Amino acid sequence: MLHIQNITKNYARHRALNNVSLRIKKGQLHGLLGPNGAGKTTLIRIINQIIAPDSGTILFEGEPLRPDHSNKIGYLPEERGLYKKMKIGDQLIYLGQLKGLSKRESKLRIREWLERLEMGDWIDKKIADLSKGMQQKVQFVATVFHEPELIILDEPFSGFDPVNAKTIQNEILKLHQKGSTIIYSTHRMESVEELCTHLSLINKSEIILDGSINEIKDAYKTQTYTLRYTEPEANLTSQLKEMCEIVENTFTPEETYIKILIKESYSLNDILKYLVDNNATLHEVKELSPTMQDIFIDQVTKTA
Amino acid sequence: MNKIFIIIQREYLARVKKRSFLLTTFLIPVLFIGMYVGIILITKKSFEDSHATVYVYDRTETTAKQLEDNKTLTFIRNPEKDLADQLADLTGKKSKTHVLIIPQDFYSAKATELLSGSKPNMALKTALQNNLSDIILKNEYKKLEIDPSLLEGIESKVKLSTKEIAQDGDTKDSYTEVVMGLGVTLSILIYICLMLYGSQVMRGVIEEKTSRIVEIIVSSVKPFQLMMGKIIGVGLVGLTQFALWGVLSLILITAASGIMMQSVDIDPQMIQGSNGMEPAQLSALSEVSGIDLQPILSTIDFPLIFGSFILFFLGGYLLYSALFAAVASAVDSETEVSQFTLPVTMPLLITYLLSFSVLINDPDGAISTWLSMIPFTSPIAMMVRIPFGVDLWQIGLSILLLFSTFILITWLAAKVYKTGILMYGKKASLKEMLKWIKY
Repeated sequence: MLHIQNITKNYARHRALNNVSLRIKKGQLHGLLGPNGAGKTTLIRIINQIIAPDSGTILFEGEPLRPDHSNKIGYLPEERGLYKKMKIGDQLIYLGQLKGLSKRESKLRIREWLERLEMGDWIDKKIADLSKGMQQKVQFVATVFHEPELIILDEPFSGFDPVNAKTIQNEILKLHQKGSTIIYSTHRMESVEELCTHLSLINKSEIILDGSINEIKDAYKTQTYTLRYTEPEANLTSQLKEMCEIVENTFTPEETYIKILIKESYSLNDILKYLVDNNATLHEVKELSPTMQDIFIDQVTKTA
Repeated sequence: MNKIFIIIQREYLARVKKRSFLLTTFLIPVLFIGMYVGIILITKKSFEDSHATVYVYDRTETTAKQLEDNKTLTFIRNPEKDLADQLADLTGKKSKTHVLIIPQDFYSAKATELLSGSKPNMALKTALQNNLSDIILKNEYKKLEIDPSLLEGIESKVKLSTKEIAQDGDTKDSYTEVVMGLGVTLSILIYICLMLYGSQVMRGVIEEKTSRIVEIIVSSVKPFQLMMGKIIGVGLVGLTQFALWGVLSLILITAASGIMMQSVDIDPQMIQGSNGMEPAQLSALSEVSGIDLQPILSTIDFPLIFGSFILFFLGGYLLYSALFAAVASAVDSETEVSQFTLPVTMPLLITYLLSFSVLINDPDGAISTWLSMIPFTSPIAMMVRIPFGVDLWQIGLSILLLFSTFILITWLAAKVYKTGILMYGKKASLKEMLKWIKY
């Protein structure tokens, strides 16, 4: 879908992007993560052809990016707004026409979208008369109603109250299910885990991590687990020390709780086999995988 | 449809649909012409109101019959009431009735008395004085045995008619005052229009930047398309307004001169004879203002003036609105913009001020010629010069320079604009803006 090849962009005093390459496949919901000032917005603006890179190329469905590709892209910028004195309907028609839709087609889709977001009665109201949350909804509609193949959302949830944020999140997931490719840029890690299938981590103008969420999580497995079980004889737990390091433990007459870090050359299976063989009754086994937040902070501080 | 047309359409319609557009379009000509008509009507009315009746008590017996009535003055020569009763009537009343007492020794003392209930106005006093002086003068001539009719034949007023020699050797009448007035009017008009529409472009850019819609739009179109779309859209609003002003003025002038023709008592034969509205209007205007307008207007090349006005307005507008757009893109709110607009509009302002002195006093001098060639000043300077007569090649060259500079400036302005509109939260310095040209 989108193939970013060796993009470099310099500003007066600093390099915003340094030899950035990235491949986004069709149907991905791709998170673009990075601290403020890492170069996310610059990269997104280059994909939107708002600014030109100093070097490097971008292929959109295998072709070098052309101005008419903008009709197939929907962009919700971080800094966003609408004409305050224009009616919602007129405003959306205008933006639709700029994306190559006919006036008639625009009207139909706008009505449908506004009704879906429970804003059907507001079509003739001016933007200035709307609450901030409603304005954000209109902006979201403006981004997606021309049914773009690629949707780029830069901090889409900023400024939303939790209820509206949920509504928009559901709409994003629906669009993803329908097959749209979505790039979701944010510095809020927790939302990425909830939404994205893939992610790239960008820090200090470079991509430092890229892959599917599961791959990344696997790569950052810490081999830490928590276990709850009832042991038939007292000494069982201490004998595990050969295979793992016991970080935490709590003993009650009914139950044993431990947090372990499995040593190299052993696996979880070895531990479980040992416990089962020795007649322990297992209640719960949980992998303590790092959150994206942990990975993000770990990576960012590592490259600092 | 090309995206720039969609932008032009929005920019145009958004402004034309505004109530303020309708207001300025209809009110300005109504205001101007209304003022003109109003002044004439008020003047006329005050003439009618000032009609005075003067009761003459003539002790010389011979003077009263020599007094001449006119439109504003009627003499009652043999009042029925005697003086005391007449004066009693007058006392304390603010009527337009007066009593003139001509004493027996009028011809030697050269003095009379005018008695009124209130203060008599200046016009009445002057009319009476002239009237009585004439009578004294005629009396003196008679004593010296001079025939007054001989004297009337002598005309001492000198008429200076100015003519300029055209290239083909013909002479034509020139009316310097009229041409100067026209030059100044054109200067004011083009200055106001350039500032009016230029600042609309500026405000439009600032609105888009501060409302943050600009990034959404430039993800669909090139920043250059957005900038040019806005400039062209607003320019078309300007042209629409000119056209509407023209049509409205024509309607209003026709209506107004119709009203005036009725009230000014022009011989209907004359109007029929002149065949068609325009001469009739002119003669109505001439009658009122007391100047014969027709020969003056026929010396002015109106098609050239209108044509040049449109071209110089367009050139100047395009040039300055591109600069305005660049400046507006660099600021974060409307309040910050004033410090940038002053240096940008300085050449325009200086030329505007000069048009009242150097340009109209010496329209063919070196300063005027240079100012009318330099693109930043030529829209005003050339418009001031054109009524005085400028060679066509000069006008052509000036327009050529203006439009080529516009292309160059727009190219540079677009570069500043492109970077500026996406710089949020800070005001750029002039130095930074120049740096953006290189991006």
